[in-house]
Amino acid sequence: MSSELTLKKGHELRALLDGGEVSSVEVARAFLDRIDEIDSKINAFLTVTADLALEQAEAADKRIREGRVKPLTGIPVGLKDLLVTKGVRTTCASRILENFIPPYDGTVVAKLREAGAVFPGKLNMDEFAMGSSNENSAFGPVKNPWDLERVPGGSSGGSAASVAACEVPLALGSDTGGSIREPASFCGIVGVKPTYGRVSRYGLIAFASSLDQIGPMTRDVKDAALVLDAICGHDPKDSTSIMKEATDFAGALSGDIKGVRIGVPKEYFVEGLDPEIERAVKDAIAKLEELGAEVKEVSLPHTEYAVAVYYLLATAEASSNLARFDSVRYTTRVDGSDLIDTYKKTRAAGFGEEVKRRIMLGTYALSAGYYDAYYRRAQRVRTLIARDFAEAFKEVDVICSPTVASVAFKHGEKTSDPLEMYLSDIFTIPLNLAGLPGLSLPCGFSGEGMPIGLQMMAGPFREEVLLKTAYAFEEATDFSRVPGL
Amino acid sequence: MKISKEEVEHVASLARLEFSPAEIETFASQLSSILEYVEKLGELDLAGVEPTAHVHEIVNAFRDDVVTPGLTNEEALMNAPYPEDGCYRVAKVIEGE
Amino acid sequence: MKWELVVGLEVHAQLLTDTKIFCGCSTSFGAPPNTHVCPVCLGLPGALPVLNRKVVDFAIKVGLATNCTVARMSRFARKNYFYPDLPKGYQISQFELPILEHGYLGVLDDGGAPKDIGITRIHMEEDAGKLVHPETPGADYSHVDLNRACVPLLEIVSEPDIRSTGEALQYVKKLREILVYLGVCDGNMNEGSMRIDANISVRPEGQEEFGTRAEIKNVNSFKSLEQAIIYEQNRQIDLIEDGGKVVQETRLFDADRGITLGMRSKEEAHDYRYFPDPDLLPLVIEDEWVEAARDTLPELPDAKRSRFRSQYSLPDHDADLLCQSIDMADFFEEIVTLHDDPKAASNWIMGYVLRDMSKDELHSVKDAPITPSHIAGMLDLIKAGVISSKIAKDVFDAMWATGKEAKVIVEEKGLTQISDTSEIEGIVDEVLAANPDEVAGYRGGKTKLMGFFVGQVMKASRGKANPGLVNQLLKSKLEG
Repeated sequence: MSSELTLKKGHELRALLDGGEVSSVEVARAFLDRIDEIDSKINAFLTVTADLALEQAEAADKRIREGRVKPLTGIPVGLKDLLVTKGVRTTCASRILENFIPPYDGTVVAKLREAGAVFPGKLNMDEFAMGSSNENSAFGPVKNPWDLERVPGGSSGGSAASVAACEVPLALGSDTGGSIREPASFCGIVGVKPTYGRVSRYGLIAFASSLDQIGPMTRDVKDAALVLDAICGHDPKDSTSIMKEATDFAGALSGDIKGVRIGVPKEYFVEGLDPEIERAVKDAIAKLEELGAEVKEVSLPHTEYAVAVYYLLATAEASSNLARFDSVRYTTRVDGSDLIDTYKKTRAAGFGEEVKRRIMLGTYALSAGYYDAYYRRAQRVRTLIARDFAEAFKEVDVICSPTVASVAFKHGEKTSDPLEMYLSDIFTIPLNLAGLPGLSLPCGFSGEGMPIGLQMMAGPFREEVLLKTAYAFEEATDFSRVPGL
Repeated sequence: MKISKEEVEHVASLARLEFSPAEIETFASQLSSILEYVEKLGELDLAGVEPTAHVHEIVNAFRDDVVTPGLTNEEALMNAPYPEDGCYRVAKVIEGE
Repeated sequence: MKWELVVGLEVHAQLLTDTKIFCGCSTSFGAPPNTHVCPVCLGLPGALPVLNRKVVDFAIKVGLATNCTVARMSRFARKNYFYPDLPKGYQISQFELPILEHGYLGVLDDGGAPKDIGITRIHMEEDAGKLVHPETPGADYSHVDLNRACVPLLEIVSEPDIRSTGEALQYVKKLREILVYLGVCDGNMNEGSMRIDANISVRPEGQEEFGTRAEIKNVNSFKSLEQAIIYEQNRQIDLIEDGGKVVQETRLFDADRGITLGMRSKEEAHDYRYFPDPDLLPLVIEDEWVEAARDTLPELPDAKRSRFRSQYSLPDHDADLLCQSIDMADFFEEIVTLHDDPKAASNWIMGYVLRDMSKDELHSVKDAPITPSHIAGMLDLIKAGVISSKIAKDVFDAMWATGKEAKVIVEEKGLTQISDTSEIEGIVDEVLAANPDEVAGYRGGKTKLMGFFVGQVMKASRGKANPGLVNQLLKSKLEG
């Protein structure tokens, strides 16, 4: 029973729990056993909170008995380790926060607790969410469950790998430039990046505040809709969160996409795109057309500038966001000859190379004499990129593209050249700059058996049409599979 | 855009980071190539294009002037590397900033 | 060569909100260290700021009272620097688009002619925490207390329009008065509620170009401001006349020695790397908000002073003193509505109320043990001849000490003035009989002895005899 349970998706577990066929404690135990059994292979978990999970599971069983059930009551949800969790070590995969135990819950974590979800642990990631391969964790890289030689993608690599490997049915990631969609694509799962402002950032340890969003990483679209319904909503503690009425994304998954207008951006099908991926994505678009969608070409002319804009804006914000790690109030301190020296030694020892590289770049972009040439110019090009999408979404409802130009690459393949690594995010970054919702879902496999991701993007707050379209595709195809670990 | 070793050292100092001479070399070359890449933004004609600081056109988020519960002193200090007398102890600051 | 002084002032005023600018922690003073803190003001990872609406309300009022333009759109920016009292490694402030700009305050120049001191900008920002240096001798460490971190401040930046210490003092006093009038700042400079940085330079008289300026920090009283300007002006003039050059630098004012000192550490030039804070939205203030704030503005100090002069026929000095705070001005006006003698009310306030407030270290007359009705009741008794002005002084002291009304004190202590001619006549007779030599002297032409007789009668009556009657009776008995 135990191994079978871990193959279940969130909504399937919901049905089993509600039908009294299993208890939350049994579910929690099954997944904890699975983690115990295989996590040493993939290194997805930084902290396993078995006691907390079982305690929450017992409380969930009580709620189920009392009929106070919410969609996620009793279901395990893995948390990317940049989600501040009261009383649970939260490291951001950084040495500098190695022993940080937050005295408060972030809003999303609080909402999940409130909903009766079960927390089996905190998931590995690129340090401070900076990376596309999960090779930048201070606590070791995450392995791709489809091929342990390969990266799971990043920065939410632990979230993606844990879901793909059935260590958890549901996980949360965060997406600043593709950090949910890229690992979802590499690990063959569904990952949704909501509209900026849809989900509260309170308690999300910031990388780039104007781009970060928390989102679900799940084995199918229905689960993604369930999780999104549970975590989105206006939060008075986050000034950038948006007032919107309550959502029912799960209830809107009709399977009918007749008349949905699909855009295919010509700038995303260019040289350098892996032919296997191009074929899989084009086949997927043909499938959507077959299901009743209308397909047309669109143009996003400033796509080629997105990576440059992103690496200026995101690093500038990060250089400021990471200034608080100064060893005064928290973080490990390395004593120097005086206060300034202590700051420098602490930060030099506490941050990994990629984090330091980005702090350096961002500090430079903001520094006197360069602000207009770099930061402000990047903000202005950001305006053009957002306009591209606004124009395109006048014509279509959903834009489809590859999520990444390649399948998961091998460990160490791109670590020597930071710029090459940055360029691998070219298809996911523009959406963050425009603040729009998008997702990645499986649409095929490479000849070597690695999953391929289809990216869908929509206009502001149009998650519903996005999820509906993805659901219809998922129902009509069979790419949602479990790796044979 | 080439960035010199001296500039790297200056930026490192602003960011309160410390590097070995070898790391400075590496950063100078990596940052130079990244900055060279972002030069492409210079190709665009940006006349009349406003910068985007917030992607949605929303304004004005407020809270009311009402006291809400915060953290206890114990909670505030629970992660401090050197708590002392209810405070965070740090090396003495030399006058000036 | 004749030198001209050029001063611009940056005043930081702490606002009287109940909670901090970006979180719900209390701003009250005196709590144990690090107890008015939360994830936001501690700068914990993941915490986010949300703007206190009242800070904006207060800023708009200050802008209206200082003739500023309220920006329709303003923005918060991050000022990045490392310091242990700055939890996030940046201060949330305003940079490119402050909430208020282009204001001014009127002062009188040294020749007595009116002039305006321009206000470049006023912006909102959060305060830093406090570094406490332990008393332990040789302690090479500090303690960080973050109770004050994130307390709201307005930074009020003047143009370099100030040309003398007199103008500087008037400007700051006026500003302080306005802030206190508006109820947005308590104006207590010794508690740090108002802190001043002065940008000071000198230039040869007639030269248009400004000299190099020094920024003087830590100027925290009117006296310090005056001393700092004079010291810095002389230092710079001496330096230039000796062939030296003023360097642009930040200097600290040492109040104990009355001098300014260069700072020891030679950090790299400041590069604050300002950029718009992505965690806070643009602030848009529509006209309705400004008009609503305008409707709540109190009568401002200048207008009130001028009304006091005309409506109550008070001399400038009285009007100035009474209008130094709204509480005092209201106190005065309430006395006058109960007892219509403005000058008498003003005299009693200036002579006795202010004296006892300062003795008891009271900031506001609202905290005094007496109310306007106490004073009015006492004035009524004087006017009715029930007590003399001299007795009234004792009555005042008793009111202050006990909080009882004048009438009650007069009755309890039997202080009612004696206006009964026969009773006074008896005392006069006794005094004359007891002092035959002085009587003879008076009658022999030493009329100055009248004062002696009055004194004796008053003493014998324990001050209660009506002085007019005493004089009249003495005169008729001695001369009649």
